[in-house]
Amino acid sequence: MPRYIGKEMSRVDGVAKVTGRAKYAAEFRAPNLAYGFIVLGTVAKGAIKSIDTREAERAPGVVRVFTHVNAPKLGPKASHEQAPPRAQEEQDKSFRALQSDKIYFNMQPVALVVAETYEQARYASRLVKVTYNAEKHTTDTEAVRERARVPKQGPPPKPRGNPEEAMKNAAVKVEGEYRIPIEHHNPMEPHAAVAVWDGDKLTIFDKSQEVYNVRKHLASSFNIPETNVQVISPYVGGAFGSSLRPNYYPSLTAMAARELKRPVKVVYTRTQMFTGHGHRPYTIQRVALGAERNGKLTAMIHEVVHNTSTFEEFSDNTTGFTRQVYACPNLHAPLRITDTDLNTPTWMRAPGAVSGMFALESAMDELAYALKIDPLELRLINYAERDPESGKPFSSKALRECYRLGAEKFGWKNRKFEPRSMRDGRLLVGWGTATGIWGAFQMPATARITFRPNGTAHVASATSDIGPGTYTVITMIAAEYLGLRPEQVEFELGDSKFPRAPAQGGSWTTASVGSAVHGAALAVTARLLEFANREANSPLKGALAADVEMLDGRLRLKSDASRFVNIAEVMKRNSLNEITETFESKPSQERRNYATLAHGAQFIEVKVDPDIGQVRVTRAIEVTACGKIINPKASHSQEIGGVVWGIGMALQEATEIDHRFGRIMNPNLQHYHVPVNADVHMIETIFVEEDDTVVNPLGVKGMGELGMVGIPAAIANAVFHATGKRIRELPITPDKLL
Amino acid sequence: MRPFKYTRASDAAAAARAVAANPDARFLAGGTNILDLMKEDVERPNELVDLTRLKLAEITTAPGGGVSIGALAKNTDTANHPLIRKNYPLLTQAIVAGASGQLRNMATNGGNLMQRTRCQYFYDTAMPCNKREPGTGCGAREGLNRIHAIFGWSEKCVATYPGDMANALYALEAQVRVRNASGRERTIPIGEFHRLPGDTPEKDNNLEHGELIVAIDLPKSNFANNYYYLKVRDRASYAFALVAVAAALEIDRDIIRQARVVMGSVAHKPWRSQEAEAALSGRPASEENFRRAAAAALAGAKPLAHNAYKVELGKRAIVRALMRAAKLI
Ligand SMILES: Cc1cc2nc3c(=O)[nH]c(=O)nc-3n(C[C@H](O)[C@H](O)[C@H](O)COP(=O)(O)OP(=O)(O)OC[C@H]3O[C@@H](n4cnc5c(N)ncnc54)[C@H](O)[C@@H]3O)c2cc1C
Repeated sequence: MPRYIGKEMSRVDGVAKVTGRAKYAAEFRAPNLAYGFIVLGTVAKGAIKSIDTREAERAPGVVRVFTHVNAPKLGPKASHEQAPPRAQEEQDKSFRALQSDKIYFNMQPVALVVAETYEQARYASRLVKVTYNAEKHTTDTEAVRERARVPKQGPPPKPRGNPEEAMKNAAVKVEGEYRIPIEHHNPMEPHAAVAVWDGDKLTIFDKSQEVYNVRKHLASSFNIPETNVQVISPYVGGAFGSSLRPNYYPSLTAMAARELKRPVKVVYTRTQMFTGHGHRPYTIQRVALGAERNGKLTAMIHEVVHNTSTFEEFSDNTTGFTRQVYACPNLHAPLRITDTDLNTPTWMRAPGAVSGMFALESAMDELAYALKIDPLELRLINYAERDPESGKPFSSKALRECYRLGAEKFGWKNRKFEPRSMRDGRLLVGWGTATGIWGAFQMPATARITFRPNGTAHVASATSDIGPGTYTVITMIAAEYLGLRPEQVEFELGDSKFPRAPAQGGSWTTASVGSAVHGAALAVTARLLEFANREANSPLKGALAADVEMLDGRLRLKSDASRFVNIAEVMKRNSLNEITETFESKPSQERRNYATLAHGAQFIEVKVDPDIGQVRVTRAIEVTACGKIINPKASHSQEIGGVVWGIGMALQEATEIDHRFGRIMNPNLQHYHVPVNADVHMIETIFVEEDDTVVNPLGVKGMGELGMVGIPAAIANAVFHATGKRIRELPITPDKLL
Repeated sequence: MRPFKYTRASDAAAAARAVAANPDARFLAGGTNILDLMKEDVERPNELVDLTRLKLAEITTAPGGGVSIGALAKNTDTANHPLIRKNYPLLTQAIVAGASGQLRNMATNGGNLMQRTRCQYFYDTAMPCNKREPGTGCGAREGLNRIHAIFGWSEKCVATYPGDMANALYALEAQVRVRNASGRERTIPIGEFHRLPGDTPEKDNNLEHGELIVAIDLPKSNFANNYYYLKVRDRASYAFALVAVAAALEIDRDIIRQARVVMGSVAHKPWRSQEAEAALSGRPASEENFRRAAAAALAGAKPLAHNAYKVELGKRAIVRALMRAAKLI
């Protein structure tokens, strides 16, 4: 019987967070700290003609103003001349600040003012005068749609079967074009770095989802060994993908600190966050579906174009899950990208999946109406029993149960098929459904456990906790397998001095880092058994590591608890102050024989005021199947957050660009809307647990992204059901429903 | 932000004198608008004269049956005051439709009237904006103008006055009492307080520099029974209006004796529709009549590239607000 796994546990870092003891990047201090403020450019393309820093330099407290003229080059020498500045490695073409006079996007950093105080730096930043030789720019993806190309990276889009032919012959067809605007992550915490040099050694406090990646980036920026760089990021106030890549500010901050020979801190303003990291790309999707009259899909065509920058390729694999979600013999799902004079897009919660499924699941709803088949029924008719892409069996897939349970809880059987057929007084009621899908990924990860005879353990891995509750879930796993109470376990993360862990992204952290901690705990157990069995009279003689477990200070036989040794005594007799085991877990070979996915079903009720176009999501039932649930409390919290984000994406979120200037015009939270409490009504999240022995030793799948994947489509479908209006362009604001 | 001098005014006269003496000085009340704008480098005063210690926060009955609201009374205290709740519930509705609880606790009534537009181009110092920097052009005229004016705009400026409270005040025919540096008081009818942009959009209103708002006077009202403040916005709370409607009716045996219809976020000032009011008075309160009034109200609208929806939305919002005011729904 598990003692902790599967039971609700409050966040171990909760008290530290609500009392302010948890330190975020911008809160770290260092003696003699100077403050940097970034100056952003005002044209979208071209070059800096002149930059006058004299007045800024004379302003009170200013230490130095860095521009491309005086900033040292970051990265290997030969690369500076290339446009844009890049490191030697092909992988790291990310934008680095102040490397040349070239302008790649509007609101690109053109100077860094460093002063004794933040206010002085901000004031002086306004005294920097820049002129430009502007060139004609393109920021509108629609305008360069025809120039889209297949990305160099990623699998080339191979059709399955003969989709064109099948589409031609389909008894029933639907086709539509769907759009989502650029969106920004807008985590609560602004990105920040504090850089401290000691000779050629750099310590940097950063907001990061992957400290090892930042370490590599900084080492290459300053031509120093990776071991000279320590990246520390213990707490992250939300990131959602915006801190997966290093971004430009850590190297900029470290550069300034190195030049000034004193610590420097740089914190993005909310506005700077809109170009200080990437965004969810503007995505144009054409979906055509063909089916037999009985609802069986015969053809799926899902063509996508989204933007990238002029200096880097990025694709969010928008159509990836289209290939795996429904059984269909003929399919084509190509993705192309097109250059724009914007910063490079990046992954944003449920990248690709939520965009792609918005289009596909809207189209499925359109097909249901063309066929006059209940939308849920249509999904069941096309249920994929095996992975349609590879033909492999699923390691587990309880989606059918998600549909069943969700429909029952929601009362789906009472739904009237016809649009505009359900009412609540003056309000139109709409019920919509959609499928959610995400991968059950696992990445190589390493964890270290130090177990002490007093029954405490220190666990470390350089993962991060951007909010899902990684501190807690890892503590639970360690406590479970070391036979300790959670209070006896101290887990540390977010520091590149700890064993390597992958980025916290892709919803793979528990699967990856959790498996490493599990492995390390079993290694401690095995080591203890080995020491115990060095003694002639060991009651565990003959037992294998798999036969024993640690619990409450004892190492005991699983099958017979009366056969045990006292762990502290064994350690004492062997003069062990501690046992330290480091374990690297990797995805198993067995996984390759299966398709490994997590699924969900969402049921949404909206109430629409048809006179004034207002939509309220009054009820959301989300049922997800994502393996074993280790901490139900944090897991529900993840899924509720996913639903809320889905509400925002469906109804509110959009980054607006004035293409005449190529400039983002709503880079702040007054104009860029995300949901507030009043937008959120009843949300119920339910897990259908799967007993999956393939995905990883813990049987867990990801859930952080899964929870939002189907929501925008389910809301759009509910709006159609309520109003008879099919909105194919997000967000669904009141003006679109008049 | 830019360095500035901070002074705390001891009395209203001193405050007005201090600001009048310095063209770059501004009053500071709750700070919820001016401080934000200073951080964004949109407002650049070199002196702030803090009003918060002035004794101008009272809400009292006035001779003639009206109520006088101090300029420094907080939005929250105003909305919740028994006199307001009882006699001017439309004002309460309008105030609580704005901002958030925390902001309303800080925001003063005077500051609320003076709040500046939410036009994105006004907020971005890299963009042209005649309101922020006369002569630079209007970014929104040919740019993103989904939230902009459909009435009374000029080629120089298409921004709106974004506030809620003033729309209700206009429906209630409030007077703004102001005092200048030499101590002279005058009252400005709320309808003449804000102005249309014309060729000088840098001026939001008709207050002289250094004139201090001391109070808002509400006349006796017959609108405590039939009123409604409707705010249509992109999210359920904490967003400015796309279109707002302050509707007030005096109904006698189903016949409308007097009507007030004011739209918000459609012009550079609260937009009262005399046409709608004329179409309503003397007629029965009915959906059909409300539709006719709404059509009259929007007849003169001149939408921009992205805000044509406000015309239809405005009509529907007026009908809805009147239906609620008349208690027909
Ligand atoms: C996030 C956010 C959301 C908001 N949402 C809404 C909304 O939905 N609806 C709405 O109506 N408002 C909204 N507001 C605006 C808010 O109501 C105003 O910021 C507030 O009312 C201003 O009052 P204040 O006392 O803080 O003014 P301050 O910021 O102190 O001053 C504003 C201006 O008024 C001048 N001033 C202040 N007092 C006087 C006086 N007595 N005489 C002459 N001039 C004076 C100042 O010099 C300054 O120019 C929102 C504000 C924020 C920040």
